Amino acid sequence: MSINYIMKEQLLKDGVIGDPMNRVDGRMKVTGRARYSAEFELPNLAHAVLVTSTIAKGRIKSLETKVAERAPGVLAVISHLNSPKVPGFAQHDHPAEPPTGGQPLRVFYNDKVYSNGQPIALVVADTFERALYASSLVKAQYEQEKHTTDFEANKEKAFIPSQAKNNKNSHLADYVRGEEDAYKTADIKIEAEYTQPTEVHNPMELQAIVAHWEAEDKLTVYDKTQAVKGTQNAFAKDWNIPVENVKVIATFVGGAFGNGLHTWPHETAAIIAAKKVNRPVKLMLTREQMFFMVGYRPHTWQKIGMSATADGKLTAITHESIGQTSSYEEFTESTLQQSKMMYACPNVTTRYRILALDVSTPIWMRGPGEATGAFALESAMDEMAYALNIDPIEFRMLNHTERDPEKNLPWSTKYLKECIQLGAERIGWEKRQLKPRSLKFGEWLVGYGMGVGTFGANFRMARARARMLADGSVIIQSATTDIGPGTGTAMVQIAADALGVPPDKITFQLGNSAFPHSPSQGGSSTVSSVGSAVHAVCIALKEKIQQLGGTAFSAVTPEDITIIGGMITVPNDASAKVAYVDLLKQNNLQEIDVTAEAKPDDERKNYSMYSFSVHFAEVHVHPVTGVVRVNKVVSCADAGTIVNEKTAGNQMIGGAVGGIGMALMEAAVIDDRFGRYVTKDLAEYHVPVHADIPKVDVIFVNKPDLHVNPIGTKGIGEIALIGMAPAIANAVFNATGKRIRELPITPDKLI
Amino acid sequence: MAEKKNCDANSPKGNNCTHHSEERRTFLKQSSAMMALALTPPTVLKAADLDEKVAEKFEKVPVTLEINGVKQKLSVEPRVTVLDLLREQLNLTGTKKGCDYGQCGACTVHIDGTRVNSCLTFAVMQDGKKITTIEGLAAGEELHPMQEAFIKHDGFQCGYCTPGQIMSAVACIREGHANSEAEIREYMSGNICRCGAYPNIVNAILEVKNGGQKV
Ligand code: FES
Ligand code: FES
Repeated sequence: MSINYIMKEQLLKDGVIGDPMNRVDGRMKVTGRARYSAEFELPNLAHAVLVTSTIAKGRIKSLETKVAERAPGVLAVISHLNSPKVPGFAQHDHPAEPPTGGQPLRVFYNDKVYSNGQPIALVVADTFERALYASSLVKAQYEQEKHTTDFEANKEKAFIPSQAKNNKNSHLADYVRGEEDAYKTADIKIEAEYTQPTEVHNPMELQAIVAHWEAEDKLTVYDKTQAVKGTQNAFAKDWNIPVENVKVIATFVGGAFGNGLHTWPHETAAIIAAKKVNRPVKLMLTREQMFFMVGYRPHTWQKIGMSATADGKLTAITHESIGQTSSYEEFTESTLQQSKMMYACPNVTTRYRILALDVSTPIWMRGPGEATGAFALESAMDEMAYALNIDPIEFRMLNHTERDPEKNLPWSTKYLKECIQLGAERIGWEKRQLKPRSLKFGEWLVGYGMGVGTFGANFRMARARARMLADGSVIIQSATTDIGPGTGTAMVQIAADALGVPPDKITFQLGNSAFPHSPSQGGSSTVSSVGSAVHAVCIALKEKIQQLGGTAFSAVTPEDITIIGGMITVPNDASAKVAYVDLLKQNNLQEIDVTAEAKPDDERKNYSMYSFSVHFAEVHVHPVTGVVRVNKVVSCADAGTIVNEKTAGNQMIGGAVGGIGMALMEAAVIDDRFGRYVTKDLAEYHVPVHADIPKVDVIFVNKPDLHVNPIGTKGIGEIALIGMAPAIANAVFNATGKRIRELPITPDKLI
Repeated sequence: MAEKKNCDANSPKGNNCTHHSEERRTFLKQSSAMMALALTPPTVLKAADLDEKVAEKFEKVPVTLEINGVKQKLSVEPRVTVLDLLREQLNLTGTKKGCDYGQCGACTVHIDGTRVNSCLTFAVMQDGKKITTIEGLAAGEELHPMQEAFIKHDGFQCGYCTPGQIMSAVACIREGHANSEAEIREYMSGNICRCGAYPNIVNAILEVKNGGQKV
């Protein structure tokens, strides 16, 4: 913890930032008392089950709903034929949050089918079983059109996203630094194509919503989302009602990894149903439906051309990519970002394209585009290191840059070299041989690989409210969510340090749109944004105390004020001492209630701000069966201040596990004859299980970056995963001499 | 009755049952009206009520289950899984639905001491059995050692797989399948954690196993 001294000096000597505190909601989670969105009990609750399309493109010719309507317990069968009008659909673009280009799917709006598995009807009944049974009685007939779902066969139809077309400065626009495609004329060059298949978030909690119209124009939803405010805005616009009339509750979210960053058709379907049957309606997707309508990491093709001098200096990188999107929304992500800024390289060219297919819309999946891009870039770096006969670590050190070459700014902080050194030591890099197939463990081939990751150290405006009650306990609220990283725990620690109040006296409440504004929980920005707001509100609370104390505290700064055991004191002044209850009494108050806002300042413009990570893997590959076992993983992060070693470490482990899945097993496969996924459950779509995961060693450099925000955090969620897949692919090459450029690295590709 | 049970019980998703059930339903609606009338005071009869009365009589089966130490006499449709019974009818939402296909382990409970995917078994099949869910694991406010260990080792993130992991972990030790890290990983592989807290879960189980506490 020694590295936290800057914070500690600033705040309190015995602060709790950095402590491996147990989660504040741990007890709720291990006893089954934590309630996720489908678990809210409402009187007169009805159950809904979706019926989905079985063609990928065309129109619904007829929909037979009579039999279902007559089935026992059925309250309504809703479709485009009888759906109440959603006023927002007609007036303007459906307000997805965050916005994607185009027109998100308007559920039950008309007879059009844009993708297989699209919701076409919703059966509502008094029990789940009755709704489920009746849903099997709805029969659709289609007028089918020829669909296009084959990515490879249609690559040439890829186009520049409108955002880039309309704005040459967009990060998605074609980028040239130095000479365009300079690698082509170089002596030492490599050129390779890489494929990332579609990956599906598949959080363990199925997407679910309970929708309840409390009055004609008052809507409450218990919804699985990473953005209660964004969702609130979206539904208010949909239904043309005041924002404050919509309440979004997401107290616990059972994982999301990005798929809660968009509002999806099933949510509106449930809201429509609640309106129609005039009862609260619960809808939980099936695991199969999770593949068809709540986003995914898009299938992406990439090509890298790279050149270097014989002594290991990069001279050019060209990185192109095509990502899949739907026919109705332009989904984009920052696939090429790392190639623009990671290495000292005079000539860099990037070209980003998207390809519209008859599928549903993708959404950012952990690490998002950066993870896809890093697979290509960090694989290519490894390929070049081999071409040059240089150790891949040395090759990266040779091309390390102390300034951001894209923005031409200094880094706010960058401890990537330290990360690489620490990680190399821990994995035992010295055992690695440059020549593939050199090491064995029994009959298994052994290989080592590494990959670097980076992600912007984001900070977005957030607000928090703090109430200090008469008993000295503190309740802090902000409309963020917690999809698993331990947001509440981190916030309590930040508040405890800022106030000097012990953590067990502090409660942090989240997941409610009625709380002060918070951005969506995405882009590794929660602790930086909401944490800063919590920090700010704690300072505001002390200012208020100082004000109320009048002359007693007039000589000190708010930071000096400490609150211990119900007494307000300042160091070195024994006379400045007031009991909190007396302070309230003197001022005729029941409690102190303050709200504060934190937002990025101009100082940030002087720096380029990124989190960095490096992942190391030791793999064992069976030479006959091609089975890959990850034997050891070391992940090292430069993520600024680590607020809680335990939860942050766990988050890094989770990213490593996600990266192992990406590298070795995850791929959602469409049968192009039908335009439908054939991998549509967890038996066909493989995710890592206990037996796939070794010990994961996590190392933090843990140096605060106070340019990013007052707490010094840079974000962990994404870099935990970005760079892991190439580390494994590179280790597999080191073990076998086989370069697999199409994920996942399944045994068939190695034999 | 036998025919009906087969159809509903084996086809919870309603496959192939459409025609048959429809006929049965129509038949019931027509033929049972007189009997239902005989059972119910005529003043309260409405069509929907009649439907419910008929359903209660013909579609539900009495089941006795001891859930978390409490004996419950229930009347359930044969097609109701233990998972849905717990979550939707008994408000025991600690047991989670992660797939409904027996592929994720989120719904793990103990039935007569054995770990079972509660999404894969119908309530009527468990008549007379003892079911323990995550809500029944702690002794009042005192947590079970496995729950304590999960908190200490941070064996979760989002917490959604956690009840299933804990129920499975307890069974894993009781079965004698927690003798090494490798063995734990193997015998816990039916419980998916998408957040990826696996190494911490293994550490929690190892600690409880090695601590020798009674599980
Ligand atoms: S819900 Fe039962 S195994 Fe997944
Ligand atoms: S804790 Fe989220 S799935 Fe395991």
